[in-house]
Amino acid sequence: MRIIGVPKESLPGEKRVAATPESIKKLKDRGLTVRVQKGAGAAAGIDDAAFAAAGAELTDTAPFDADAIFKVRPPTLDEVWKIKEGAFVVSLIQGERNPGLVDALAGRKATVLALEKVPRVTRAQKMDVLSSMANLSGYRAVVEAATHYQGFFSPQITAAGATPPAKVLIIGAGVAGLAAIGAARALGADVRAFDTRAAAREQVESLGARFLEVKLKESGEGQGGYAKVMSPEFIAAEMELFRQQARECDVIITTALVPGTKAPVLVPRDVAECLKPGSVIVDMAAEQGGNCELTRPGEIVVHNGVQILGFTDLASRMASTSSRFFAMNLVHLCGELGKGETLTIDLENDVVRPALLVHEGKILPPPPVKEPAPAPKPPPATAKPVQQQITSPTRRAWGSTVGGLAVIVILFVLGRFAPGDFLQHSTVFVLACFVGWQVIWSVSPALHTPLMSVTNAISGIIIIGGMLQVGAGFDVASILGALAVLFAAINIAGGFLVTQRMLKMFRREGPAEPAPSHGGGHK
Amino acid sequence: MSGYLVVAYLSAGVLFIRSLGGLSKQETATQGNLFGIIGMVVAIAVTSVAWATSSDMSARMNGLALLVGAALVGGIIGGGLARRVEMTGMPELVAILHSFVGLAAVLVGFSSYLRPVVVETDALRHAVHLAEIWVGIAVGAITLTGSIIAWAKLKGSMSGKPLLLPGRHFLNALVALSIVGLAVPFGNTGVEQGIIYLGIMTLLASLLGVHLVMAIGGADMPVVVSLLNSYSGWAAAAAGFMLANDLLIVTGALVGASGTILSIIMCRAMNRSILNVVFGGFGTGDSAKPAAGGTQPEGEVTEMKADEVARKLLEARNVVIVPGYGMAVSRAQAAVKELTSTLREKGVNVRFAIHPVAGRLPGHMNVLLAEAGVPYDIVLEMEHINADFPNTDAVLVIGANDIVNPGALDDPSSSIYGMPVLEVWKSKLTVVFKRGMAAGYAGVENPLFYLEGTRMLFGDAKKSVDALVTEVRK
Repeated sequence: MRIIGVPKESLPGEKRVAATPESIKKLKDRGLTVRVQKGAGAAAGIDDAAFAAAGAELTDTAPFDADAIFKVRPPTLDEVWKIKEGAFVVSLIQGERNPGLVDALAGRKATVLALEKVPRVTRAQKMDVLSSMANLSGYRAVVEAATHYQGFFSPQITAAGATPPAKVLIIGAGVAGLAAIGAARALGADVRAFDTRAAAREQVESLGARFLEVKLKESGEGQGGYAKVMSPEFIAAEMELFRQQARECDVIITTALVPGTKAPVLVPRDVAECLKPGSVIVDMAAEQGGNCELTRPGEIVVHNGVQILGFTDLASRMASTSSRFFAMNLVHLCGELGKGETLTIDLENDVVRPALLVHEGKILPPPPVKEPAPAPKPPPATAKPVQQQITSPTRRAWGSTVGGLAVIVILFVLGRFAPGDFLQHSTVFVLACFVGWQVIWSVSPALHTPLMSVTNAISGIIIIGGMLQVGAGFDVASILGALAVLFAAINIAGGFLVTQRMLKMFRREGPAEPAPSHGGGHK
Repeated sequence: MSGYLVVAYLSAGVLFIRSLGGLSKQETATQGNLFGIIGMVVAIAVTSVAWATSSDMSARMNGLALLVGAALVGGIIGGGLARRVEMTGMPELVAILHSFVGLAAVLVGFSSYLRPVVVETDALRHAVHLAEIWVGIAVGAITLTGSIIAWAKLKGSMSGKPLLLPGRHFLNALVALSIVGLAVPFGNTGVEQGIIYLGIMTLLASLLGVHLVMAIGGADMPVVVSLLNSYSGWAAAAAGFMLANDLLIVTGALVGASGTILSIIMCRAMNRSILNVVFGGFGTGDSAKPAAGGTQPEGEVTEMKADEVARKLLEARNVVIVPGYGMAVSRAQAAVKELTSTLREKGVNVRFAIHPVAGRLPGHMNVLLAEAGVPYDIVLEMEHINADFPNTDAVLVIGANDIVNPGALDDPSSSIYGMPVLEVWKSKLTVVFKRGMAAGYAGVENPLFYLEGTRMLFGDAKKSVDALVTEVRK
């Protein structure tokens, strides 16, 4: 498994390509050779020279003879016959819609990784092409809607008249729906969104859209982040809501998919007919049959003046970016396929196994569904233990009060028994402690190291104690005193000099603050 | 004490207060230091005059020689230390200077016992004086040996691991009680006997100092250095009491308060009490001990290469750099400064976020960054920058770990739960520079690495930052 072939996509209108210069570099880094068909990236804005510069080999014909084939769209049956026996095929497969394809691939003894089957777990997010493509498609759906809609999205107040913002309804707040909400909000529209999963509310609201609800309570939480099929009562209530919304809305974007089956019909004919002429419906589920009854895949249908866009190539319309994302998803997936210059399959790998449809020619049954591990909990937006004020003296005022009272009591006791001058020294001591307490709290935390060195220096004041102990000659007391002088002198000289050295290093960049006010006192 | 001496000491005391007050802002800090120097000069000059005029000068030439010689030698040594020390070595210098204060207090105490300045006749006064000497020497000895151990641990010549003797609290209590108990026979004997008691007590206090600091892990050294800072102040104040000198008392009290406040700040920044630090035996230093509680985080770490990080930085508008001691270890400050100025030239707003316990001394990171030439007005305290993270496009965490651990806020089983941390995960992208996946000082797993918005840039911090600078300049 050393050579990866990247053919030009054969489906008409498909502009994406499964490799980019960026992804080719990463694949080359692990020792793989990438063979790209000439012109494969032309529609996505990547010329052959860029591929060559990234180290790809260019071929005139589709490189189906490679050890592994990277593709965007499912290979056609014709293409399958050209694939080398025993090769890897990494691509969208969509077996439900392409009958015979999986059997044909098995016939070539191929090993097939279906990109749409990559599980939707946190670990696999970076390999999930459905998510990355849905994100692009959601954005593009809004851009297409805006193109076909004949008014402003944002509210306008002009001399010639004012218009309200366009009202956009987005059905389904998955990856695509959320991207659509974001894009529509960015254009200035008034956005509301509907989703059967209650979990979507927070995300919808965080993007600035209104979250619509039906009166009936029912959870639509299905497997793997998709919504499940709902009860008839719920659907009736839902339809009523959509009818109501359709009367006010200018744009409806539907994104509802249920994996493996046809997309649910959420905008039947009668709901579509509630829209004003000139409104636009973008049906992002067109390829899977459509969320709108009137949708025709790949076409624009005009019904009573309402345009229904059934584009199936939304991601492909942003081929440059979508190719980049798609190719990087594949690179990340390769990271799960062993290390070094060969691609290997680990049947125990919980990302690879669900995507593995065919292994060395054997069609595998879908893996037993495992309870998906809960996604890592993001840290809370608001910290639980309140972050305390660290550099402020005011915390625990009672502590200082009790301390102060204790000091007073001790002074009373001392005053009763101790000699007068001791009491006087104690007074000085206590007062100095308080002064120190007040002054030091106002020291900038940035200067705590210079503070320590300056206190080192001034505690060298003990030098005068040593000096007073030095007497007339070389008696023990004098020598001890002199030694104290020596060490204290080290402190004084060392402390002040090093402080000076440090303080000189501090310089500011912006303009200086207004002249410092005088006096210590804490802030 | 004559009048001019009192006035001179008073002005020296005021100058010292101004000196500390000056440190409240960078703009006034140099002036503050100058005030301190002037205060010291005034105090020493006046004391010298008093010493010289107290009796006939000609009879005391030997004493004068001793004094001048000691002061000169000490000054030269101190000056040399100050000039040679590297800013990464500041914690060691501060620690060893604390020990000198302790030593001076012990020496002054012994000297004062052998030849009191004022001979007390009153019995009560004599007892008080002896008690002052006793306390002064005890505090001085604890400061002396404690600081030496702290110095050795900071220097790395002694393992950062806490030495946990069995029954160490009992041992400490026993030694402390004997120190108090020995004061009784000491008070009731003459000088010949007394000096022996004093010697035994000094030895006991020294052992206590050694043992107390040995039991504290490398990670808690900043707190210990702050605590010893306050001890050195109390030692000076105690010396003031025994010499009946108000200036010593005032200065000692100022320094004592300063060290206490620094210890309080450091402890709050780690959400621990001083008692827990001193007696806890927490913080294993360089040995990564298995996760002390804390839930094993789920998810996986995502790597990002320097070129990609550089691109993100150039796209960003607001970048915050969170440095930790790891930055100093790999000497990446200069490279970080280069990165900062290059990005700022390109219009990226780069700022620094400093956690109070980053580095090995309060304010250590600020000094290291200042030395590298980072302007101090873009270096912000945790309390001032924490609210800005949601508006930050990229955070670079360089050599820091526990101070950016979200587990401190949301994981009650984590041993650092409740510690205030820099909320870097609220930014759009967090890049963690790390050598490997080892846990931080506290030995706690960091869920930050597994979050979706976090990328790891593995490798030596200096090399990684150098690579970033090259990429950004391209």
